[in-house]
Amino acid sequence: MSPLLVASGLQKSFGAVTAAADVSLAFERESVTSLIGANGAGKTTFLNMVTGYLRPDRGSIRFEGRELIGRSPREITGLGICRSFQIPQLFHSLSVRENLLVAEGIAAAEHAEEETEAVLARFGLAEYGAQPAGLLPEGVRKLLDVALALVARPKVLLLDEPTSGVAADEKFGIMDLVMGAVRGQGVTVLFVEHDMDIVSRYAARVVAFYDGRVIADGAPGAVLEDAEVRRYVIGQEAHAAP
Amino acid sequence: MSDLLAVLFDGVVYSSWLFLMAAGLTLIYGVMKILNIAHGSLYALGAYTAATIGGAWLAAGHPPIGSYAMLALAAVLVGVVMGPLLERGLLKWMYGRDEVVLLLVTYAAFLILEDAIKLVWGVESKLLPEPYALPGNFQIGELDFPVYNLILIAVAIVTGVVLAWALHRTRQGKLLLAVIHDREISAALGINVSRVYLVTFSVGAALAALGGALAAPAIAVSPGIGVEVIVLSFAVVVVGGLGSLGGAALGALLVGVVRSLAVRYWPEAELFTIYFVMALVLIARPRGLFSAPEARRI
Amino acid sequence: MSGDRTIPVLALACLLLLVAAALAPQWLVFLLALALAKGLVVLGLVLLMRAGLVSFGQGLYFGLGAYAAALLANRGGLDDAALMIVAGTGCAAALAAILGLLLARYREIFFAMLSLAFSMILYGALVKSSALGSTDGFNLHAREFAGFALAGGTERRLFFAASVVLVFGLVWLLHRYLASHWGRLSVAIRDNELRVEYLGASVYRVVYANYVAAGALAGMGGAFAALAVGHVDPETAYWTTSGEFVFIAILGGTGNVLAPFLSAAIFEGLRTVANQYAPNVWQMSLGLAMLAIIMFLPGGLWTLVRRRSAA
Repeated sequence: MSPLLVASGLQKSFGAVTAAADVSLAFERESVTSLIGANGAGKTTFLNMVTGYLRPDRGSIRFEGRELIGRSPREITGLGICRSFQIPQLFHSLSVRENLLVAEGIAAAEHAEEETEAVLARFGLAEYGAQPAGLLPEGVRKLLDVALALVARPKVLLLDEPTSGVAADEKFGIMDLVMGAVRGQGVTVLFVEHDMDIVSRYAARVVAFYDGRVIADGAPGAVLEDAEVRRYVIGQEAHAAP
Repeated sequence: MSDLLAVLFDGVVYSSWLFLMAAGLTLIYGVMKILNIAHGSLYALGAYTAATIGGAWLAAGHPPIGSYAMLALAAVLVGVVMGPLLERGLLKWMYGRDEVVLLLVTYAAFLILEDAIKLVWGVESKLLPEPYALPGNFQIGELDFPVYNLILIAVAIVTGVVLAWALHRTRQGKLLLAVIHDREISAALGINVSRVYLVTFSVGAALAALGGALAAPAIAVSPGIGVEVIVLSFAVVVVGGLGSLGGAALGALLVGVVRSLAVRYWPEAELFTIYFVMALVLIARPRGLFSAPEARRI
Repeated sequence: MSGDRTIPVLALACLLLLVAAALAPQWLVFLLALALAKGLVVLGLVLLMRAGLVSFGQGLYFGLGAYAAALLANRGGLDDAALMIVAGTGCAAALAAILGLLLARYREIFFAMLSLAFSMILYGALVKSSALGSTDGFNLHAREFAGFALAGGTERRLFFAASVVLVFGLVWLLHRYLASHWGRLSVAIRDNELRVEYLGASVYRVVYANYVAAGALAGMGGAFAALAVGHVDPETAYWTTSGEFVFIAILGGTGNVLAPFLSAAIFEGLRTVANQYAPNVWQMSLGLAMLAIIMFLPGGLWTLVRRRSAA
């Protein structure tokens, strides 16, 4: 079976800054991959290009055989690729429940109210249902952000730093909820992450970026021990537990 | 040929006056992100103040040449009084709110000032024709033009040059440019953003008042003169690109000349051509002719 | 939104106005008719404001609706008020459908200024048109309403009553719209357009739809206003008229479909009083009121209603 999502030869520069230098990656159906790299290494740029927010200078991105470049985020969402954001993108004046209802409405769900209650339960958000999204604690905002992305039952879920800004003792809880929600639904997951503990626990494959290039790609054990990755991504001292 | 020349000259005169209005407006927007509707009232205040102190000067028997100084003084007075009054007294409390909310706040200020002017000066017209008539006329072809208009053009050019120099060559000016570029980082770098705001708004107010003071000798100063000026100034500023001084100059020139051509060759369309040009420019360049690029949000 | 209570309150308000149509003095009926007309325009503004857009140019459609209605009677020879209202609404909707294609791409200051520009284009054209009476405008008179003859006091009351029923029916429909997915989507757009696009909806289409609806409502309001006053002039398209509508929208707030009508009524009432006793401080009072609302009651007067019902 051919890979679900294939990026080839992606090139993107902003003036003198190269955000993507000949990036080629392929993702299999239902795989869980983590993208790591220092800030500015090109991880979010990659997500932005896949979702149509940025147009690469060169290269192609094919999803189920269809070319994605040139399509808008809205079209790409329609094809089955959804994402969450580094800074949660929520509807701050609407309640948590209403946020989900908006997503359900857009996805033309038949039983929007029931679906919304189910999502609230699955993500442990029921107690926040009536609160305006703008007043939520960070961890809850992150969960809502991901929950919104899952409403349309995407084939590919892109998570941009799902645990950043969250208290250390809550990180695993959030990832458990998120990965639990996608389990058994045949979703291909890509997540950008800085916390190597999270990476090694949840990812089956790790892709490391540096300066717009992919410098390592493989199983977590191998990639996290890689010399270049240790130098450019993790920092000199080892952070990951084997 | 001299016909066209006359039309172009008229256009440039109108542009000069528009530039004075637009320069202040665009500076205030660039630095403070406020589209100041009260600019129209500041224009009117400049005109009324000029008419009053100019009139008093002449009535006291002083030499008429001094009335020009009175015009300049009127602009300074309005800038120095109304600038801090509006900025510290009102706008300061609203910073951080949505751009459109601030627009509404300046609209409210405009409404208040319009009536305040009526309360202070009454509803009859004030006239100050002397500075206009004093220097006499000159000729283009067979037509007479007031030398006063040349003075207006000169003032606009000098103002533009001084502003550009002050912005790009002085330390204070560069601080202003920094704040225009990014308010938060400027504050983090220790720039007294609050004082920059005060100075900017006061300078902007003075410029609007200068426009009014210079217009006073050519018009009947009466309630409501600020009303139409606002939309015209907006059109110029939006065409040129909000926050761009060069854009204000180009926009003023474009709008002034187009209007002049319309007045001469298609008078029915006069009012409409200006906004039509504005609509066209915005369609082609949604952020105006000169505008800053936007940073990535996600 | 006090969703549960809106329908009964709507019905009650409708009833009260019908009683007023029958019993109130002529000047009050006139004032209420004008408030109804302006309320329609402001309702359209509120639709846009819920999506985060403030139009400073509804005068374009208000003026167009007024002139279209007036011209139909004066030049077209069809002086049936019902037809005039349809004409006003239709012309405004048609123009909004065209301009909306462009304007739906703009936001914030640019949307406000571009909408203002278009209204000033109409103003300029009207002022320079001697055929349309230029700054003086011209009078209009409707001789019948949907076939029923109109003249003098009683018939005007009947017309007002019919308008009330029509308008409130429309308001009820809009209330249902706002309480549905579409209403929520508008607010979502105001809060975070990017996320709406990323969820798969077209922001442009929703803004466009709201814009055309607002234009149509403003045109309808213009026709109603022209009929109530019996006169049209270019002032209807001037930016200060558009500013007035914005003021009334802010005064009432965007919380409920009834708010625009309530605040329009208050506005017209206050204006009548001010014109009588203190015409030279009317603008100043408006300005001060607007500042007070922006500072202390950003949701408009409707927040007072909500607080009371929540307490």
